[in-house]
Amino acid sequence: MRYDAQEADVVVVGGGHAGCEASLAAARMGHTTIMFAINLDSIAMMPCNPNIGGSSKGHLVREIDALGGEMGKNIDKTYIQTRMLNTGKGPAVYSLRAQADKAKYHTEMKKTLENTPNLIVKQGEIIEIVTEDNRVLGVISESGAFYKCKAVVLCMGTYLQARCLYGDTIINSGPNGLRNAVGLSQNLKKLGINIFRFKTGTPARVDKRSIDFSKMTVQEGDERIIPFSFENSAEKIEREQIPCYLTYTNTETHRIIKNNLDRSPLYGGIIDGTGPRYCPSIEDKVVRFADKERHQIFVEPEGEDTNEMYIQGMSTSLPEDVQVAMYRTIPGLENCRIMRTAYAIEYDCIDATQLKLSLEFKNIRGLFSAGQFNGTSGYEEAAAQGIIGGINAVLYIENKEPLILDRSEAYIGVLIDDIVTKGSKEPYRMMTSRAEYRLLLRQDNADLRLTEKGYNVGLITKERYEKFIEKKDLIEKEIERVSKVNIPPDEKLNRFIEDRGGSPLSTGIKLSELIKRPELNYHDLSFADELRPDLPYDVAEQVNIQIKYEGYIKRQMIQVKQFKKMEEKILSPDIDYYKMKGLRIEARQKLSQIKPHNVGQASRIAGVSPADISVLLVIVNQLKNK
Amino acid sequence: MNFNLENTIAAISTPVGAGGIAIVRMSGKNAVSVLERVFIPAGNKSVYDIKSHTVTYGNIVDENRIIDEVLVIVMLAPKTYTRENVVEINCHGGIKVVKSVLDVLLKNGADMAMPGEFTKRAFLNGRIDLSQAEAVIDLINAKTELLERASLNRLEGILSKKVKALREEILTMTAHIEVNIDYPEHDDNILSRNMVCQKTQELLKSVQNLINTADMGKIIKDGIKTVILGKPNVGKSSLMNCLIDEDKAIVTNIPGTTRDILEEYINVKGVPLNIIDTAGIRKTDDEIEKIGVEKSKEYAKKADFILFVADGSRIFEKEDFDIFEFIKKENKKTVVIINKSDLGMKADINKIYDYVDKKYVISVSVKEYKGIDELFDKIKALFFDGEIDINNETIAVNERNKASLINAEKSLKNVIETVKNKMPQDFLSMDLMDAYGFLGEIIGEKVDEDIIDKIFSEFCLGK
Repeated sequence: MRYDAQEADVVVVGGGHAGCEASLAAARMGHTTIMFAINLDSIAMMPCNPNIGGSSKGHLVREIDALGGEMGKNIDKTYIQTRMLNTGKGPAVYSLRAQADKAKYHTEMKKTLENTPNLIVKQGEIIEIVTEDNRVLGVISESGAFYKCKAVVLCMGTYLQARCLYGDTIINSGPNGLRNAVGLSQNLKKLGINIFRFKTGTPARVDKRSIDFSKMTVQEGDERIIPFSFENSAEKIEREQIPCYLTYTNTETHRIIKNNLDRSPLYGGIIDGTGPRYCPSIEDKVVRFADKERHQIFVEPEGEDTNEMYIQGMSTSLPEDVQVAMYRTIPGLENCRIMRTAYAIEYDCIDATQLKLSLEFKNIRGLFSAGQFNGTSGYEEAAAQGIIGGINAVLYIENKEPLILDRSEAYIGVLIDDIVTKGSKEPYRMMTSRAEYRLLLRQDNADLRLTEKGYNVGLITKERYEKFIEKKDLIEKEIERVSKVNIPPDEKLNRFIEDRGGSPLSTGIKLSELIKRPELNYHDLSFADELRPDLPYDVAEQVNIQIKYEGYIKRQMIQVKQFKKMEEKILSPDIDYYKMKGLRIEARQKLSQIKPHNVGQASRIAGVSPADISVLLVIVNQLKNK
Repeated sequence: MNFNLENTIAAISTPVGAGGIAIVRMSGKNAVSVLERVFIPAGNKSVYDIKSHTVTYGNIVDENRIIDEVLVIVMLAPKTYTRENVVEINCHGGIKVVKSVLDVLLKNGADMAMPGEFTKRAFLNGRIDLSQAEAVIDLINAKTELLERASLNRLEGILSKKVKALREEILTMTAHIEVNIDYPEHDDNILSRNMVCQKTQELLKSVQNLINTADMGKIIKDGIKTVILGKPNVGKSSLMNCLIDEDKAIVTNIPGTTRDILEEYINVKGVPLNIIDTAGIRKTDDEIEKIGVEKSKEYAKKADFILFVADGSRIFEKEDFDIFEFIKKENKKTVVIINKSDLGMKADINKIYDYVDKKYVISVSVKEYKGIDELFDKIKALFFDGEIDINNETIAVNERNKASLINAEKSLKNVIETVKNKMPQDFLSMDLMDAYGFLGEIIGEKVDEDIIDKIFSEFCLGK
C-alpha cells in the first residue's frame, strides 16, 4: 500500500561509504536528509580489505577531509595500524594507509550520522524513484512509503541484483551475506538509465589462532603517526598498533589452482560481469602470469576484537574445498581454518557517462549518483563521489552552480572526470598514474587546495578555516624568508654537507638554493639558519617541498595553465554535433552522447581525435564570432 | 580557416612547367556536373556513365572550341583522396593549356582552391590524420623528385613507425616506475636509476636523430642553400648560367630580403639547389667585383653547400687559398670546380687536397661544356650517397613535428638531469610521460589510458 511518509530535501539511497559522505554533506549544509540503508548494521561496512588509504586512495581521503568530509576523521578514530608508503619515491606519491578496526569503523560512523542535525537514518529498501517531467519528486520504499524530496543521491554500492558465487555455490545476496536490493534496477531502466553488470571479489577470512605467524614476515606500523584529518594531531590519536604479516604462494598453490580452473564460475562462464584488472582473483593471476613462481600474500587483522584475518592476494571464486586446499599450501597457513569463504560478487551498476561532472544524471534533474554504483571500486573512491554528490544535490536545490573540481585541482576531479567522460569497462580504481598533475595534487597539500572550497559550501567551520588561513600565511612568509636568507660558508655546515656527500660551500649561498641540493633539505639545515622561526611540522614540510621541488612544480603549473585554457572553452549542452561537418562520424556520436562541458573534456573522450578537436575549436570560435 | 565544404574546388595539382603532363583536379559535390559542361568523352557517351576510378579519353571544350585532348579520371565519393567526388584531368603540360583548362572549369561552376585546400578537405572529412595531411601538403609543395621521395616515405608511415616504437619504449619504462608507486608493496624488480638513465640516453639519441632528419627535410623542401664562391674572373657567372640552362629556373624576388639578392631555385638531377645570387652574379663579372669575395663569404657562412670555382689555367693565388682555408674552417659541404680546362692546367691541384677531399674536386670547361655532366653527377652523388642521406628512412619533414621532437628531447634531457640530481623516482615519470605526449603529437595520439593499460598488462597485481 502506497502512503505518504516523511518529506525531506535530500534522500540518499544507501549507507555505505558514498552514502555516509553524501548524507553528512547534505545535512551539514542545512538540508533535511534521509539516508536509507538496507540494514543499519551495515552502515560504513568494509566488506573487503580492512584498510583505508594507500597509493592515491590516501590522497582521496585527505581531499575528502579538506572539503569537510568524514572518512579521514573516522579512520583516525578507528585505525589499528598506520603507515606512510612510498616515502623516498617523491613527495607527490607519499601515500598514507591505515588498517581499520572494521567493527569500530562502522560503529563510529553510525554514531556520527545519528548525531548529525537534519539527518534521519532509516532502514529500508528503496524500490522506486518517482519523477515527473524528468525531475525527481521522491522515492518509494518496499513498504509503499512515499518520501517526497527535491533531490536523490543513489549510493547503492554493490547491492543491486547482487549475487555471490564460489564454485557452483550461488547465493542471491549482497556482500557479506547481507540482503541484496532487487527492486530498483527495473525502475532505473524504465527511467532510461543504462545498466552495466560488473563483478569483483574478496578473499577468505582465516582464524588467527590457526595461523603460524613465525613463518611469515612481520610488518609493523610507522613510529611517527600521521593523521588523515587535517583537524587531528599525532598526539591526539596515538595508540598501540597491531602488525600485519607477509607470506607467499608457491608452485604447489598454483598447481592446485590450475587443476581446478574448470570449477571456477569465472572460467566456467557462470559469471558474465566484467571484473577489474587491478583486483584479479588468484586464479586470474596464475593464468595471466603463468611464469611467476610466487605471489605476495598479506595477512591483515580485521580488528582488535576479532580473530578474523584478511588474506590479501587470495581473492577467489573457486569452490570451498579447493580454497581450503590452496590456502593450506601457503607457509604459515598449513593448518588454517577459514571463517568466511572467499567469493566473487556480481552486481548492477550504471554507465557513468550518463552523468554530468556534477554527478547528476543528464536526463533526470535532481537525480545524482555516487560510489561503486557508478562503476568504481574502493571505499575511498566511493566516499569521494559521495561528498561531491551530496554537496551538488544541495547546490541543485539551492539553484546554485555545482561544485566541480577539475583535473588540476584534485584527485577527486580526475576520478569524476574519468568516469563521466571515458566511462569504464571495469570497476575503476584511482591511481596516481591517472593524475597528469600529480606533483601539485599531493596528499600533504590537500588542505591548501580544497579547504577554501569546503568552507565556501559550508562544510568547513569558520574556526578551522581561520586556522587554515593562518597556516597558509606561515608557509608563504617562511618561503619568502628562506628565499632571501644568505648562508655564509661555515666549517660546521661544510662538514655537514660533506658528510652527506655534497660539495662544500666556498661562498655564501641563498638558503633556498641550499635546500634544493639533493643531499639536503629544509629540516636538516635548521642549525645553519639562525633566524628560523619555530614552525609546526606541517608548515615546515610545505616550505621544504615547495622550495626543494620548485623547478618541477613550476613546470607543472605552466602545464596546468595550458590545460585550463581548454577547460575554459565551454560547450553548450545544446550544440548539435551531428551538424558539424568536418568532425568524423564517430566523434559526432561520442560528443552527442557525452555532451562535454568544455573542449578540454571533449578532448578526453575516447573516439574523439586531436584532429576532431582542432575542427571543434575552429567551429566553436566561429560560433562565438557570429 | 575556412570550413565551407559545400562548394566544388579546382586547381592545377602538378608543378607549373615541370614535365609533359599536367593534372587539373576538382573536388566537391558538383565535380561531375562541372565536368559535364566542359568535357566531351570519346564515343559521345555521357559523363555520368563513366565508371568510377577509370580513365576516359576525350576533349575539354570551351563553348565548342577544343582546348586540349585529355584523359579524365572520375572518382566518386567516398573512396577518394578528399572523400568527395574528385575529377582529375590529365592535360598537356604547357603552362598556357593547363591554365585554359583550369579557367574553363572555374567558368563553369568550380571555385579556385586555396593552397592546401584539397588536403584540408581530406583532413576535415576524416580521410587522413594531421601528420599525413602535412606530408601531403609537403608533397604538393615538393618541387623535385627528391623531396617527393621524402614525402612518400612519410606517407608510408616511416616516421609514424619510428615514433611509435620510441613511445612504446618510453611507456614500458614508465610502467616499471609507476607500478612501484601505485603498488608500493609490489615485489617485482624495479628499474634501477642507472637503467633508466641508460635507456633514456638511447631514447634521446634516437629523438635527436629524428630532429636531424627534420633539418634535412627542411633543406630539401626549401632547396639546399648554395653559394658560388671564387675570386673574380674565374667563371662564376658562366657556371651560374650553365646551371640555369640545365633547368627551367623559377626566378623569384624573395620578399623580406634586400632587393639586390635573388634566389635561383634550380634542379640538378633531382637535387634542389637554392642558389643565393649575391647581388647579380648573373649580370657581369665587373659587378661581381663590386661585392668582393669577403661579402660572398658572409653568405657562404649561412649556406649549406658551396660551389667553389677556381681558374685552373693560372697558378693558385693567395685569394684562392684564403677561400680554401675558409671552407676548411667552416666545414661546409663543397665541390671545387677547376674551370677553364680548355686553356690547359697550370694550377697545382695537389695543393688543394690538403683542404678538400679529392673526390669533390672536378675539372671542367664551362665555356666548352666539358665536365658539366660529371659535375652534376658529383652534386647528385653528394646528396644521394650518404653524405646527406635523404633516403635514410625517417624524414620528419615539417616544423610542427620538429617542435614536438625538440620538446620530447627536452623532456628526455630532464629525465637524465633528474637521475643525476638524485631526485625521487616520481619525477622521472613526469618527464617521461611528457616526452611520450610530445611524440604522440606527431602521430596525433592521446596519452589517456595508455600507462594504466601498460601497468596492468605487464604486472601481476591485485588483492
